[in-house]
Amino acid sequence: MAAVQETIEQVKSIDVDKYKYGFETEIESEKAPRGLSEDIVRFISEKKGEPAWMLEWRLDAYRRWRALKEPTWAKLHYPKIDFEDLYYYSAPKGTTGPKSLDEVDPQLLETYAKLGIPLKEQEILAGVRKAGEPSPSDAPSEGADGYASMKGKVAIDAVFDSVSVVTTFKKELAKAGVIFCSISEALREHPELVKKYLGTVVPQSDNFYAALNSAVFSDGSFVYVPEGVRCPMELSTYFRINEKDTGQFERTLIIADKGSYVSYLEGCTAPMRDENQLHAAVVELIALDDAEIKYSTVQNWYPGDKDGKGGIFNFVTKRGDCRGKNSKISWTQVETGSAITWKYPSCILRGDNSRGEFYSIAISNGYQQVDSGTKMIHLGRNTTSRIISKGIAAGKSQNTYRGLVSAHRKATGARNFTNCDSLLIGDKCGAHTVPYLEARNSSAQFEHEATTSKISDNMLFYCTQRGLSPEEAIALVVNGFVRDVLQHLPMEFMAETQKLIGISLEGSVG
Amino acid sequence: MLEIKNLHARIADDGTEILRGIDLVVPRGEVHAIMGPNGSGKSTLAYVLAGRDDYEITEGDILWNGESIIEMEPDERAAKGVFLAFQYPMEIPGVATMTFLRAALNSVRKKRELKELTTPEFLKLVRAKAAELGVSDEMLKRPLNVGFSGGEKKRMEILQMAVLEPTLCVLDETDSGLDIDAIRIVSEGTTKLRGPDRAMLVITHYQRLLNYIVPDKVHVLAKGRIQKTGGKELALELEKSGYADFTGKAA
Repeated sequence: MAAVQETIEQVKSIDVDKYKYGFETEIESEKAPRGLSEDIVRFISEKKGEPAWMLEWRLDAYRRWRALKEPTWAKLHYPKIDFEDLYYYSAPKGTTGPKSLDEVDPQLLETYAKLGIPLKEQEILAGVRKAGEPSPSDAPSEGADGYASMKGKVAIDAVFDSVSVVTTFKKELAKAGVIFCSISEALREHPELVKKYLGTVVPQSDNFYAALNSAVFSDGSFVYVPEGVRCPMELSTYFRINEKDTGQFERTLIIADKGSYVSYLEGCTAPMRDENQLHAAVVELIALDDAEIKYSTVQNWYPGDKDGKGGIFNFVTKRGDCRGKNSKISWTQVETGSAITWKYPSCILRGDNSRGEFYSIAISNGYQQVDSGTKMIHLGRNTTSRIISKGIAAGKSQNTYRGLVSAHRKATGARNFTNCDSLLIGDKCGAHTVPYLEARNSSAQFEHEATTSKISDNMLFYCTQRGLSPEEAIALVVNGFVRDVLQHLPMEFMAETQKLIGISLEGSVG
Repeated sequence: MLEIKNLHARIADDGTEILRGIDLVVPRGEVHAIMGPNGSGKSTLAYVLAGRDDYEITEGDILWNGESIIEMEPDERAAKGVFLAFQYPMEIPGVATMTFLRAALNSVRKKRELKELTTPEFLKLVRAKAAELGVSDEMLKRPLNVGFSGGEKKRMEILQMAVLEPTLCVLDETDSGLDIDAIRIVSEGTTKLRGPDRAMLVITHYQRLLNYIVPDKVHVLAKGRIQKTGGKELALELEKSGYADFTGKAA
């Protein structure tokens, strides 16, 4: 996953001016007219060939959105967004939905290759072969080797502006019974599943941005892992905003049926532009009895230039529902991009003995503003949650952790452990921690730890005296700071990270 | 050869002058000790040699192998072979000692236009040097200096010195806060690094370290200047008479 690798490299260099994904793909696109109205909602729904109930659902969301007000409680300052001046739908011409790789516009494949996501190559390298073409690794799928080759694969759904352009490894996943496709396709092919679960974690009127997304969401990924299945490979979605003045409103829905397991990774980039662009996603996760979902994000939207011009406004609602007993949802996020981040991946711990986890690294530089954190809502008995948040602020950025841990009256034996650490680089940035703790029963146990530290001149001098350049020294110190969280990223990611940051030695010593 | 010529330096923030015209020459292959009372400028001299930017050089020059280093950044000086063993080594949370050593060594080697060591080569090198200093594998896995005792921190400084193979070693009060056993281990480690290509400057408050690291010359630093230079016996004299003779004099 070279994109991941480069993301880390960018984290390492901690310099907003070095954004590597700022190029634009010149591709003809088909857009809805500017602005938002019921007609636009109908246009999007029609483009997608959706069933009537879906259109009604969208229109309902649209009407609710009209009645909602933009939230202002976050510690974020940005010019008012003119929602009537945006394009709500943009698709590369000729794409109506995912196709087989052969049909995808070569220019799109090239774009992804440039981003380090070689969709075509990936499939070939990873061993998808034409029928009748024997290969040693195909034959015995059991045993250690078979397992390893399976583990190394990553299935990718590539979303370009408003549409999914391709999803890889679908056939192989289908063998295991796993459905992995774009949400548009899921609406056509598996409407009953979408209808049953969509909006059950984040209702249409949940908040201003979720309502907007519900009305106009264009594409995103859909995952269903059937009962008892351990998803045989990492799933991942790569989001790319390309078109100017276009908002991206993706919708992701992941369902892990009883006793199943899935690990999912998303990555995001966008071109460099002077104007701000809006990204308002909704992600819903549902874990039934004994199921586990691991959701990792590498968010690297364009953060704006060094003077704070341009960049993505990222207003995202992510929530997981541990609906079944003994279920588990784990969020891991590496947030390095966006001018504005408003994001609180949360867990509703509904099932008894369910567990929620949130591991976060949020890095801000330049004029970036991050207001991010999580909510752990304990409803079931003996539910546990764990929050590890590492905020790193540099430049003139502001980095806020905002979190809620609550235990319902009936959530006896609920336990939470929270650790929020902030690291400041330089003296013009700010780090803030805003934790809310609400226990409504006496048996709940909440622990909260927080620290704020600064990379001191002493520490930098010590490292540079040993021969490290100041950049290397900061990267090393930052890496040490985020270590507890990095450990929770998928294996593939860890490997790349370690290689890149030059810390390949860790594993070999121990 | 290290040549310090009429070096004047002050604290950048408030302009307080600390070094007031130091002249000092340490040829390769020699070990010189700098002794002096508290506040004489010993640590400032060490920091200025390593390039700490809290200090401003107002006059004079520092030459290492004939090349002025005062305009160089600390990491460039490190690449040129300058190493400072800190009086108070910094803790680097979350960064395993091994990781730190590797990053530093590779960085220095790259700047010296040497190829980076492979993982097995590096491990072999570090383990051998660590064993000599009684640094365990377990310690190498721990975050650098975090929770280390005073003795462990100083041993780690010497280990870094051994791994990075500098040619100018500056030891700033490496004996402070150590018990006699720790002093012995650290001194033996340092003595092993003595060689024809290496110059060493050992800064200390007390004579006892010099029983183990026997210097070729001893300089007395007080009030920002070298007040007296002699052989190793000068250290013993100072032990008896103290620094009163030097602090009383006008600079």
